[in-house]
Amino acid sequence: MNLPLVLPLLIPVTTAAVCVAAFGHAVWQRWLSIAGAAAHLSVSVWLLFEVHRGGIQTSQMGAWPAPFGITLVSDLFSAIMLILAGFMSLAVLVYSLGSMDKRRESFGYYPLFHLLLMGVSGSFLTGDIFNLYVWFEVMLIASFALLSLGGEPPQIEGSIKYVTLNLAASAILLSSIGLVYGLAGTLNMADLAQKLDRIPETGLKSMLAVLFMVAFGLKAAVFPLFFWLPASYHTCPVPVSAIFAGLLTKVGVYVLIRAFTLIFVHDAGYTHSLLLLISLLTMITGVLGALAQNEFRRILSFHIVSQIGYMVLGLALYTPLALAGSIFYITHHIIVKTNLFLVSGVAHRLGGTFELKHLGGLNTLRPALGVLFLIPALSLAGLPPLSGFFAKLALVQAAISGEQFWAAGIALAVSLLTLLSMMKIWNEAFWKPASQPPSGAPVGMALLGPVAFLALSTVVIGFSAGPLFELSDAAARQLLDREGYMQAVLGGRP
Amino acid sequence: MNSIMAVLVGGLFAAGLYMMMRRSMVKVIIGLALISHAVNLLVFTSATLRRLPPPLAPEGAYAPQAAIVDPVPQALVLTAIVISFGVLAFAVVLIHRTYRTAGTDDLDKLDRTDT
Repeated sequence: MNLPLVLPLLIPVTTAAVCVAAFGHAVWQRWLSIAGAAAHLSVSVWLLFEVHRGGIQTSQMGAWPAPFGITLVSDLFSAIMLILAGFMSLAVLVYSLGSMDKRRESFGYYPLFHLLLMGVSGSFLTGDIFNLYVWFEVMLIASFALLSLGGEPPQIEGSIKYVTLNLAASAILLSSIGLVYGLAGTLNMADLAQKLDRIPETGLKSMLAVLFMVAFGLKAAVFPLFFWLPASYHTCPVPVSAIFAGLLTKVGVYVLIRAFTLIFVHDAGYTHSLLLLISLLTMITGVLGALAQNEFRRILSFHIVSQIGYMVLGLALYTPLALAGSIFYITHHIIVKTNLFLVSGVAHRLGGTFELKHLGGLNTLRPALGVLFLIPALSLAGLPPLSGFFAKLALVQAAISGEQFWAAGIALAVSLLTLLSMMKIWNEAFWKPASQPPSGAPVGMALLGPVAFLALSTVVIGFSAGPLFELSDAAARQLLDREGYMQAVLGGRP
Repeated sequence: MNSIMAVLVGGLFAAGLYMMMRRSMVKVIIGLALISHAVNLLVFTSATLRRLPPPLAPEGAYAPQAAIVDPVPQALVLTAIVISFGVLAFAVVLIHRTYRTAGTDDLDKLDRTDT
């Protein structure tokens, strides 16, 4: 039993159980869940050190040898994603101290949050494709409950759309898993990759690849499967939408990258060109959708879609540099996007609304908040020296060296439009004079602390981009080294 | 057997998709249920249905002697049935809540959160 591999799953489930045991005591639940998230984060950092020192870590559940039992695997990419999940959970839980209402707290917000974290961590760690489906469902059911918790009419409406489309995605995923089992006779991802290599291509492998692409694409909200996202993310309370925005679609991107670097690489000319087309269309539709919106969180929701395009672009280009850019981009994006949603909550607290038309004067009211908004907003648009600049630089460089000039041009144009819509939020919410007197609601350290800390992380990532990019590069090389992954999981078995 | 199952799975998928396109929320949930049945049968069928003895080793032997039926798809289907049961139960509660708050069963009228 490899302890740092198992603990990221055990800690959230224990925390959730303890929170349920303390169901009537909201104060206990708060501090317990913050402690749980901090423990998750530290274990994930430990795991990253282990992977960095000793290569890919594996653990066979129940001591069944690899292709028969369920394997937990962690390479650098999954360890990085786990750290981000723990970090965002911690930030959002601290933010919840100041913004979550009593009713939702007493109806199980904290246990659900940790079940969500467990589902996300499980998806990052599992090495078994059916087990991945199970973790997806854990994550989904927790997110359904979190999204509809509170039962306000817009929330319920958003949930209906979210639930229906995600259940359809699960059905597609399960059918693809069944079919791939029928073809290869295994569920272990490493074994699957090995067995599929030996099966001659008769069109079936590409069909399965596209089925998986649809299933994971729906989770990742790529064009044309993203409609559930902007219809639901702006309806729930701010901490919930922040953690959804930070983590959930990125799980989809993670599994896309995992599947299309490990399992389905037999015909990269077809599958990865398709991914390239999808990524470009995702970027464009997302950013254009955002330009048409006038509500703080809807703009941000459409930008999630647009940014997913960049992450998939790195996968589609399928070179070490592009994949490293993708991983760096995910790191940068999770922090920045969570932060922007948290800022939208502070703006809502001060201005009483998310509608940009009615907001205003936040910069004169709270100049510090203006700076805290501008750092992630400009980073999202990709201005140097913030983290987004280096992420986009790597992707554009990879696109140019892969002679995909169109992709590079579109990536640059989309980042310009991103800047435009960030400036729209700045002008409307922060710069223009307030149309109505400020609500005067208190904004405590619980709200501003996480926002400031995440903004600081963005700046730190920007200034220490070198070492972090080296880490992403090592993770990308590990992803492309399929033999190494198979060797680590199967231990040299045939 | 396989061809019967293929027709059955196809029929269930078609019926489920048709129901999901309907405007009534209840019918959408019924559609989802039909699709999850279709998927379960598909997983079951994809490992080829054959009449073979169950995967039991005779007494004293380490492994089964002759050809056996593959037990994995059945385990997968069992798991999937449990999951889809839980998720559908949630969905039913959700549409009930939607009906109570929105006062309608018509999905076309639920367009306030659309963009």
